[in-house]
Amino acid sequence: MNWEEDEEKLLPSQRPEWSDVSPLPQDDGPNPVVPIAYKPEFAETMDYFRAVYRADERSPRALQLTHQAILLNPGNYTVWHFRRLILETLSKDLQQELDYVSKIAEKNSKNYQIWHHRRWLAEKLGPDAAGRELKFTEKILSGDAKNYHAWSHRQWVLQSLGGWDDELEYCHQLLEEDIFNNSAWNQRYFIITKSPLLGGLQAMRESEVKYTVAAILANPENESPWRYLRGLYKDDPKSWIHDPQVSTLCLKVLTSSGTNHVFALSTVLDLLSHGLQPSRELREAVDTLNPASSRLDSQENSSSTKDSLGNTICSVLEHADAMRVNYWRWRKSQLIV
Amino acid sequence: MEGEGAATERQRRATASQVDQWAVQDHVFKIYGAFASIPRSAQSVILELQRDKHVEYLTRGLQQLGPSFVVLDANRPWLCYWILHSIALLGESVDDELEDNAIDFLSRCQMPHLATTYAAVNSLVTLGGNKALSSINRWMHDAGEIDVRACYTAISVASILNILDDELAKGVGNYILSCQTYEGGIAGEPGSEAHGGYTFCGLAAMILINQANRLDLASLIDWVAFRQGVECGFQGRTNKLVDGCYSFWQGGVFALLQRLPAFGGEGFGTSDVEVEWVSDSTSEGDDEDRDSSDDNEALHPEQDQEGHQSSSHSPESSTAVHIQHSRHNQLEPLFHTMALQQYIVLCSQEQEGGFRDKPGKARDYYHTCYCLSGLSVCQYSRSKNENSPPLPTSVLGPYSNLLEPIHPLYNVVSRQYHDAQDFFSKY
Repeated sequence: MNWEEDEEKLLPSQRPEWSDVSPLPQDDGPNPVVPIAYKPEFAETMDYFRAVYRADERSPRALQLTHQAILLNPGNYTVWHFRRLILETLSKDLQQELDYVSKIAEKNSKNYQIWHHRRWLAEKLGPDAAGRELKFTEKILSGDAKNYHAWSHRQWVLQSLGGWDDELEYCHQLLEEDIFNNSAWNQRYFIITKSPLLGGLQAMRESEVKYTVAAILANPENESPWRYLRGLYKDDPKSWIHDPQVSTLCLKVLTSSGTNHVFALSTVLDLLSHGLQPSRELREAVDTLNPASSRLDSQENSSSTKDSLGNTICSVLEHADAMRVNYWRWRKSQLIV
Repeated sequence: MEGEGAATERQRRATASQVDQWAVQDHVFKIYGAFASIPRSAQSVILELQRDKHVEYLTRGLQQLGPSFVVLDANRPWLCYWILHSIALLGESVDDELEDNAIDFLSRCQMPHLATTYAAVNSLVTLGGNKALSSINRWMHDAGEIDVRACYTAISVASILNILDDELAKGVGNYILSCQTYEGGIAGEPGSEAHGGYTFCGLAAMILINQANRLDLASLIDWVAFRQGVECGFQGRTNKLVDGCYSFWQGGVFALLQRLPAFGGEGFGTSDVEVEWVSDSTSEGDDEDRDSSDDNEALHPEQDQEGHQSSSHSPESSTAVHIQHSRHNQLEPLFHTMALQQYIVLCSQEQEGGFRDKPGKARDYYHTCYCLSGLSVCQYSRSKNENSPPLPTSVLGPYSNLLEPIHPLYNVVSRQYHDAQDFFSKY
């Protein structure tokens, strides 16, 4: 199907094969709102589409018509839906249809209908389509590493069709390129929790913590690995508070100067709320960050309890993370006295 | 020279995310810097909502759209809703002729797609009145694309039409729950990335089916709170760029949470929605004098909010969570409402009418709708309910910037929502 050909630019009314069809005009009523000033070629193509759609004509010419309609407006889900019906009825080659969709997707990588169509095709083609779909999403992601549809599709392919083998490595590559790519971190989480080739979250935790700690130390201001680290202990707060790597990491970050401390402080606060018994070094590191005025206020509570440490952390954050001052005040109010 | 070398080094090692982020930050900070440096009188002018221009832009859209809008052809009910809702937020109404045309158009729309059903229904509710409301044909639709949006739109429509029931709610709660990610936000599908739009939809849907308590709310709040960046606006996902539309998607999450009885809110004004796990202890905060802020001062990221004292108190039970109350019975929102208003008004607002994603992007009706919706959320963030008008300290710029309050679950203007509720309760 080569739409560079001039022949394809002929509108239905100019083609003899459409002479038997009466085009159906759009009926928006006499005075429609949000009326779009359609170009004549769009209006005509859609008028003919409406006719075949109403008649439920699933023919080669109807298929061709959906193609023209798609070119003019790839966002019309009715056209895509009808195209699928035709493809089924005519038992068309779906690999070829994938070729077709790939071309359309080049300029429309954020279009729901296209991705939905792809998913439908891949599902029909089965596990054999896995390789191709992974390649396709990889291509899209190479131009737009956070494309939501692409990631979503990729996850669906892995779960429905397989192809997990190289996924963790792929994720790693993306993170090497951009350690701030939260989509890649999210994918990593997906892999370690869902991949049939790996042992599951608990089994992977050890190595993942090491990986994540390294990422954090490289860029402590990067929110993604901090949340990822927290996620590694999802539903397992005991391991979270007892893993020395976590508190060590926080201490390291808190005692480096010129570093963003917000996530480290937030993490310690979280650990405390789950029962962490803070070390003296951790306490001191937090106290050091405490602006002088607050230190005076909390002097009475300065030494021992974890809740006063939580209090101090919230006070520090109210200043260090001023955008979230109300949030930290609220967190403070939530500390159980 | 050494400084330059270091800067180049920094640039060379910078990732794509960092480069993009710094570019936006630079642009935004330039705007804030320029604002801070002009005289007070000039500042007041710039902080004004360009109501007339916005209404002009919006009305034009309703009357006639150019051929480039063809891509939205299948989603004209959305255009309708974005425009009508924006006009309603500005406290304006549409002339009778346009209104009739809108109703007529919407009732002719074939809507096999759930999202457009939502848009159409919301448009008609916004228009209000018997004609619009009776023209809604009440029906249930199958979702074409199963994701969290479908859950929200289906439930929202059913709820507003007063036909929400157990059959519909069954299974949806489990699904949305499975979409909450390790980050705390909610994704479009299980496994996908936490995202502002889906987080709003997911939370709203859960509230509508009385299952919000099944979510890890602490984790959700933490994620949303961190989506507000130094630019003062909200981003949709971690480490992505600020975008004006998230003023509503993310800001609206706070509006939803605040209304939950568990957070000291009054609920949602309908008998349908009751959160069962609520502890009904509420403790009033100490009476505190509020420092009234000079609301014309530009906020730089380092600055604090209005400078009021925190009123801390202990919860009466371990299950209750509270937001601080003041003597005016106002709630403290968990995000920086003045900063967000600053982003919307200074960075998203176009002086010629309409709103945009960020400086450098073109305006559009979608962003106009959600920037205005987000602005309304900010303005009413300290109001216990929509009947208590906000204090001037809650409104950035002149008090005339005040918009209509919305019902955060549906994002339609409150008054119209209640009118529709009354109408459909008779069926």
